Amino acid sequence: MQAMTRRLELTNITKRYPGVIANDAITLGVSAGEIHAILGENGAGKSTLMKIIYGAVAADDGEIRFEGKPLGVHSPGHSRHLGIEMVYQHFSLFETVSVAQNIALCQDGRLELTALGDRIRQTAERYGLVVDPDKIVFDLSVGERQQVEILRCLLQKPKLLILDEPTSVLAPQAIDQLFEVLRALAKDGCSILYISHKLDEVRALCDSATVLRNGKVTGDVDPRQATSHELAVMMVGSDLPMTKMPKTTVSAEPVLRVKNLSAEPFGEKGRKLSDITLDVHAGEVVGIAGVSGNGQSELAVCLSGEALDPNSLIQLDGADIGHLPPDRRRKMGLAYVPEERLGRGAVPTHSLMQNAILTGYVRGLAHMGLVKKARARAFANATIDRYSVKTNGAGAQANSLSGGNLQKYILGRELSLEPRLLIAAQPTWGVDVGAASFVRQKIVDLSRNGAAVLIISEELDELLEICDRIHVLSNGRLSAAIPRGEATREKLGLNIGGATLHLPGSGEEPSDAAAH
Amino acid sequence: MQLRIEPRVTTSIVIQGLAPIIAVTMTLVLGGILFAAMGYPPLETLWAFFIEPISTIYGASELLVKAVPLVIIATGLAIGFRANIWNIGAEGQLTIGAIAATGIGLYFPDQQAVYLLALMFLAGCLGGLFWAGIAAYLRARFHTSEILVTLMLTYIAALILSWLVRGPWRDPAGFNFPQTALLPPAGLIDPIDFAYRVTGSVYFAIFALIAMWFFVARSFQGYKLAVGGAAPRAARYAGFSEKSAIWIGLLTGGAAAGIAGFFEVAGPLGQLSPIISPGYGFAAIIVAFIGRLHPVGILLGGLFLALIYLGGESVQLGYGIPAPITRVFQGLLLFFLLASEFAVSHRIVRVKEAH
Repeated sequence: MQAMTRRLELTNITKRYPGVIANDAITLGVSAGEIHAILGENGAGKSTLMKIIYGAVAADDGEIRFEGKPLGVHSPGHSRHLGIEMVYQHFSLFETVSVAQNIALCQDGRLELTALGDRIRQTAERYGLVVDPDKIVFDLSVGERQQVEILRCLLQKPKLLILDEPTSVLAPQAIDQLFEVLRALAKDGCSILYISHKLDEVRALCDSATVLRNGKVTGDVDPRQATSHELAVMMVGSDLPMTKMPKTTVSAEPVLRVKNLSAEPFGEKGRKLSDITLDVHAGEVVGIAGVSGNGQSELAVCLSGEALDPNSLIQLDGADIGHLPPDRRRKMGLAYVPEERLGRGAVPTHSLMQNAILTGYVRGLAHMGLVKKARARAFANATIDRYSVKTNGAGAQANSLSGGNLQKYILGRELSLEPRLLIAAQPTWGVDVGAASFVRQKIVDLSRNGAAVLIISEELDELLEICDRIHVLSNGRLSAAIPRGEATREKLGLNIGGATLHLPGSGEEPSDAAAH
Repeated sequence: MQLRIEPRVTTSIVIQGLAPIIAVTMTLVLGGILFAAMGYPPLETLWAFFIEPISTIYGASELLVKAVPLVIIATGLAIGFRANIWNIGAEGQLTIGAIAATGIGLYFPDQQAVYLLALMFLAGCLGGLFWAGIAAYLRARFHTSEILVTLMLTYIAALILSWLVRGPWRDPAGFNFPQTALLPPAGLIDPIDFAYRVTGSVYFAIFALIAMWFFVARSFQGYKLAVGGAAPRAARYAGFSEKSAIWIGLLTGGAAAGIAGFFEVAGPLGQLSPIISPGYGFAAIIVAFIGRLHPVGILLGGLFLALIYLGGESVQLGYGIPAPITRVFQGLLLFFLLASEFAVSHRIVRVKEAH
């Protein structure tokens, strides 16, 4: 115990859910101006702990003191009143209204959208965030939505800012900018709780770290002193394997050939794809880097067949597929892991067994017009086992799984289909460190066994780890591929960042706003 | 202390099954209060409404007569409802089915043909398919709301029927009554026993329930519809055609309603008149929902709704209570059903204040 009052002090915080102790006697303290990391895998209890601090969940036991005063049972509204702000991992924005209207919901006093819009623009500019107050949230990408969430908190001038995995969807430059923002905030005396499983970031940013595993504190360390490896071992409880990238021989003819693909944007603020030309050969993993909202979703749906463009050339093993719907493409060996797991990659209210049929029908889970339930159950159970999906079994509903676990299930399902071509968007988003390295290895193995793999990801480290070649998709245009040996964070980051300068918001946009 | 409504994390199957039973109980309780308020002895009237009508074998057979069309239509509608396809116009599809079947029955050249009933069955089915198909085409082609189209087509169907029985199809020997001639003997379904009005349509209703169970639980097409209903974007991701879901969802309801129309006209009615259904097509929507879109539930729901029809007639005869009481009970039932569904999937929690 220190003599001086710390900004936030937790003593023996315990939270039990049926069948699991999410937080087991957690004790930690954060001083004013300190950036404190909460490190841990998915399911370690990080998010629960943050919700307890924020007041969204009540602890069963233990005490929270904020600036020396015990908080007791409090609500998020009470927390915000005290200056505690939180950016959730899953965003809490209303999709059908504008950014400014969303932010206005958290503001006290009179509602003046125009003035608020100006404040949003100023704050965004100061911290280098790309946020246009007049955009409708529905039209924003995942990455852009997170920036709105962060900005919403910054406008409140918080004393304690809680960030739940904030960088998972940001480009490297944006991460650096965010870190600048956070350091500046800390310098002003704001305390920051930074939840992450990314060791490098924690080491670069944070003054102290509390490591959680299975709801318990497994270490209180200075992340700048500890190595990434030491931190990882504390988190996972065992050693981590590196992805093995065996030498490969790629096929002479590409499995996927895309030539001059153009597509209209989704939503009024989507990105138009222009003139995409791309080859993926059997035996290689090709990456597409870039911040989402730059044509990533448009490219993925054009390839999966959810959007059809008969005019562009898309070939799978030499056969034209540009005019074929998704089921026909799947029967030809295409598998696809979409960015959204719930509602697109899986039916939320269906069991995992039923969700196996969703794409497994191409591999005999539906036969002669009938659903093969026994086979589907076996398939689901095998996937749950092989990808260590934490769930009650094949009968569990998809929406009862955590995001990372559902992602593992969907990835496992698509990989088990033994595709000729796998397209995966954000394959390890929200998946914990141990499982992510396992999944990456599986993806590499798939390519080494003769499949073509295309990974669309915002995480450069991931792409650098598993890709043989990396393109950058920015502003709807695809850069030339950079081969594995030559690709570096800096080189790719420049491509991504160079293009972000042309993002709307800095150009003609304000005239739109004025008209409103 | 504040209260807040939030979705339940888990709902037990027992509670889910209990919801319709609670709804029925609440309907009875409020119905009793209603009778009391109207000045009738509540328990006695409820007895006359719900027990007396089925206390005889004839009464029970009448229950089946009314339950059969409800069950047949509800099975067809439930398949569409599972896919979020809202066919509200089964009443119109029933009407067109009945018209088509009667047309064949009255005007087919060979009035003694043994296959006349089979042809009428087919005509009824096609009539319902056609009427629902209009809505399906408009929805698939122009994204027109099938709710509005099917509902409006119901009124058109009723006017066509009205015109036919007063105009070209009016029975010349019918003393100017607005009705068609009686169907020829070969075009009528004999009752199973001549003491009652129940026909072989009962067997068809059972067949429809089994077919629906098979379609929903075992077929790939049924699975695709369920995915489309629960998560449209997942259906698109998997490559399940939305258009075929629209067509199948509407056509099954249309075919079922058309067949029910055939069974009505070739069974208990024997001819067309301006009103051929006491709202079976609308009541079947309630049946589908009270049955939780499940075959067993639809069977029970169909019997219960049929009982409400019988009870309405019974208290009208016995106590002079106006006939619209039937619809009041239907409305109460639907209301309590939706309310209990909500209570099952949500809960009210007390929000603790900060100390």
